[in-house]
Amino acid sequence: MSLSPADLPNSYIGRSVPRPHLARLTQGRGLYVSDLSLPRMVHVAFVRSPYAHAEITRIDAQAARAMPGVVRIVTGEELAAFCTPWVGVLAHLKGLKSAPQHPMAIGRVRWQGEPVIAVLAASRAQAEDAAERIEIDFSELPPVVDVMAALDPARPVIHAELGDNLAFERRLEAGEVDAAFARSDAIVEKTFTFARHTGVTLEARSIVADWNAGEQRLTVHLGSQAPHMMQNIIALHLGLAEPQVRILCQDVGGSFGIKVHVYADDMAVAALARMLARPVKYVGDRLESFVADIHARDHVVHAKIGVSNDGVIQAFEIDDLTGIGPYSVYPRTSAVEANQVVNLVGGPYACPNYRARTRVVFQNKAVMSQYRGVGHPIATSVTEGLVDLAARRIGMDPVQIRRRNLVADNAYPCASASGLKFEALSHHASLDKLLAMMDYPALRAEQAALRARGIHRGIGFASFIEITNPGPAFYGVGGARISAQDGAAVRLDSTGAVICQTSITEQGQGSGAIIAQVVATAMGVAIENVRVILGDTDNTPYGGGTWASRGAGIGGEAAWQAGRALRDNVLKLAGTILQAVPETLDIVAGAVVDADGGTERMRLSELARIAYFRPDTLPPDFQSELMATRHYVPRQYPFAFTNGIQASYLEVDTDTGFVRLLRHWVVEDCGTIINPQLVDEQIRGGVVQGLGAALFEHCQYDDQGQMINANMADYLVPMAGEMPDIDVAHVVSPTLESALGAKGAGEAGTAGAAACVSNAVNDALAPFGVEITEIPLVPELILRALGRA
Amino acid sequence: MNISLMVNGEQVEADVLPRTHLVDFLREQLGLTGTHLGCEHGVCGACTLRLDGVIVRGCLVLAVQADGGVVETIEGLSDSGEIADLQAAFIARNALQCGFCTPAMLIAAQDLLQHGGVPSREAIREHLSGNYCRCTGYQAIVDAVETTAQAREASR
Repeated sequence: MSLSPADLPNSYIGRSVPRPHLARLTQGRGLYVSDLSLPRMVHVAFVRSPYAHAEITRIDAQAARAMPGVVRIVTGEELAAFCTPWVGVLAHLKGLKSAPQHPMAIGRVRWQGEPVIAVLAASRAQAEDAAERIEIDFSELPPVVDVMAALDPARPVIHAELGDNLAFERRLEAGEVDAAFARSDAIVEKTFTFARHTGVTLEARSIVADWNAGEQRLTVHLGSQAPHMMQNIIALHLGLAEPQVRILCQDVGGSFGIKVHVYADDMAVAALARMLARPVKYVGDRLESFVADIHARDHVVHAKIGVSNDGVIQAFEIDDLTGIGPYSVYPRTSAVEANQVVNLVGGPYACPNYRARTRVVFQNKAVMSQYRGVGHPIATSVTEGLVDLAARRIGMDPVQIRRRNLVADNAYPCASASGLKFEALSHHASLDKLLAMMDYPALRAEQAALRARGIHRGIGFASFIEITNPGPAFYGVGGARISAQDGAAVRLDSTGAVICQTSITEQGQGSGAIIAQVVATAMGVAIENVRVILGDTDNTPYGGGTWASRGAGIGGEAAWQAGRALRDNVLKLAGTILQAVPETLDIVAGAVVDADGGTERMRLSELARIAYFRPDTLPPDFQSELMATRHYVPRQYPFAFTNGIQASYLEVDTDTGFVRLLRHWVVEDCGTIINPQLVDEQIRGGVVQGLGAALFEHCQYDDQGQMINANMADYLVPMAGEMPDIDVAHVVSPTLESALGAKGAGEAGTAGAAACVSNAVNDALAPFGVEITEIPLVPELILRALGRA
Repeated sequence: MNISLMVNGEQVEADVLPRTHLVDFLREQLGLTGTHLGCEHGVCGACTLRLDGVIVRGCLVLAVQADGGVVETIEGLSDSGEIADLQAAFIARNALQCGFCTPAMLIAAQDLLQHGGVPSREAIREHLSGNYCRCTGYQAIVDAVETTAQAREASR
């Protein structure tokens, strides 16, 4: 049964309650992994490969060993005895292949930045000093850099045993594609190019691993989104039993998907801690983060749309090619984004005819894997770019073509051409709301007036769908031990305080706040009396963590169920004490009350006192249970899809090629909103990461596989002065699978931001007949398109 | 080298290597981990702190350059209550997510607010453009700074 928690008295659902941990963070009293210091701790600096592809022919660490403070110098061969290699494949991504990857290179390096040698010293500075004295001879090999070149038989094969550089290929055919194109009045065919970019978490990846030989346990302080996944993997590859590994994820300085993966250097640190039997600390410096963190995107998509003159979309077709570096990232793989692109293109539209192919190739660049939005920005940019260009060909307004083709709001449940199941979406209601917010006719009038004065402003739209609340279809069915279900344990302490241990994690989204809101509401207590514990494999239920926009929808529902179960237990106890039928009682504001009338019967503190200290006053056959645990995983739908639409208003300076963002609007439907402020801020933050990809962010490589802008000065990210204010509004279509009805909201902003900016730029440049299908939209690209570079 | 400086109102005598950056000295020798390191090359602003009343990048100043100086970090500004209203506004507006940029962002914002008046949103955005935030998209931060400026102006 679906409850309506918002209607309950005493509800925190739907309220912008401040997050409980913020005061600490504003006072500099956070404890990030990079802040940690443990007794006997040593620091590690990695010597990383300066080449994209080379044989290691000689290593001489003699001089380095004599440097001050050096504790140990370890090569890849030596560390291999402490950590087995891994292969980043999943069974349900049929045909996906990759090669065994070690924590540090053995014999051959395959990307610039691959760890080769670990130098452990009393301080990081001393480790870096010694690292400079290590001599390594490399014999350079020709690198595979460009995605287009990876499948060229004349190029080297990065892993000879795999036969070629094709990691994964998937094809999909739905409906009657050829016939649909044949009856189209207009066909648009374009190549969309998406640069590589990366997450640039402001705190670089950090880890402190501590092997306690006395306990035979490894404690790992890690800025991670998925502690139980990391527990499993570290135990597996270090030859330990899972209970011998404890993962602690406390304050994390930004994540966005960057910190959900298994990294070679993190595994090396865990193995080094075991090897040295003492704490080892590694904090990425910014220069190495750019070549050691996962990169994202790097797609080239040939795409085609057919449309009839009445504006009906007849067919979509895409051919996607993406480069993932030399290994598929463990354990989530590097084929998921490509797979998502295939699944998501055309998703908002009622068009049954769809053909797709994706190819995922190895190359000698940093590894690529899932980052905020995973495939959504690619699919949305391709789909929405094609829809706008099709509208232009047939002389139709971009709003009108969307109205004509977006899946009707009363058509649910239904499925997309690619087979995605939609429970309930609201494309048309969202579009209506967006147009009202932005005053579309007025903007068009302003655009026309300014255009007459040589000022080129553009309006761009992007409808999108977002995958949230993933069940086991994402990873579990492919064999990865990544929990699809999450758990919550809620207990009433002796003073009436409530403590909730949850398996979801916090990296700034507000997981702690929403869990507290849900539990306080479920229990009927003040939120100040709820404390949330998360990010510790020793002290939370088993679960997946926070990624893929699943925290509120899955972890939140588990907390709701646990809170309601404890409430029932409390009322059973109260009934016994008060000699009342439990069903006639309720809990309001921390007190047991008469359900009818609300008269206070006893405080929870008094109830807990009796339960814990004077159980002798209770009937001999009664045992109170003041802790309840529940788990939750969605079962009806493999994913809870959300939807939304974004619009951008911007100005292009046709003399300089600069784009100035003027305004950005988002209407989004994530179902029940637990905390409106947190949802809106997830949307805004996500939009700005998408805007970074649209305008600035680019991991630039030269033809030798060297990343040439691997520093914060040359790799541009959005700054306050360049970003617009972003208006956010909602349509609410709760999922009926859960009592809360919450879906995810973490990636919606990123999904559509770049697409609507690209469309707005093309709209601004329409008088010039320019159609750009590449991001980032840097000034040089725009000037080149205008023939002015 | 021996240095002597005032840190958050306390006199500190210390022996530092000449190459030690001020931020590393504060974090590693004094345990003041509220000042963060984001890039170590002067771009991201996460190590912003006050030296002799002026905001500086802690990763671009050597500890020895602070000899004889007055250093104020987020810990000191929090304890003194100087930015309590700004911190409260950040919390109320959820102007931080992961919080890693926040101590420095608050110090940079306070630097602007000390000039008095109510700066425009554009001026706030401009002033904070040396401090990267990857989580919020900045709007909530601008809102919190603007709200604080208005409140301070009203109570003046």
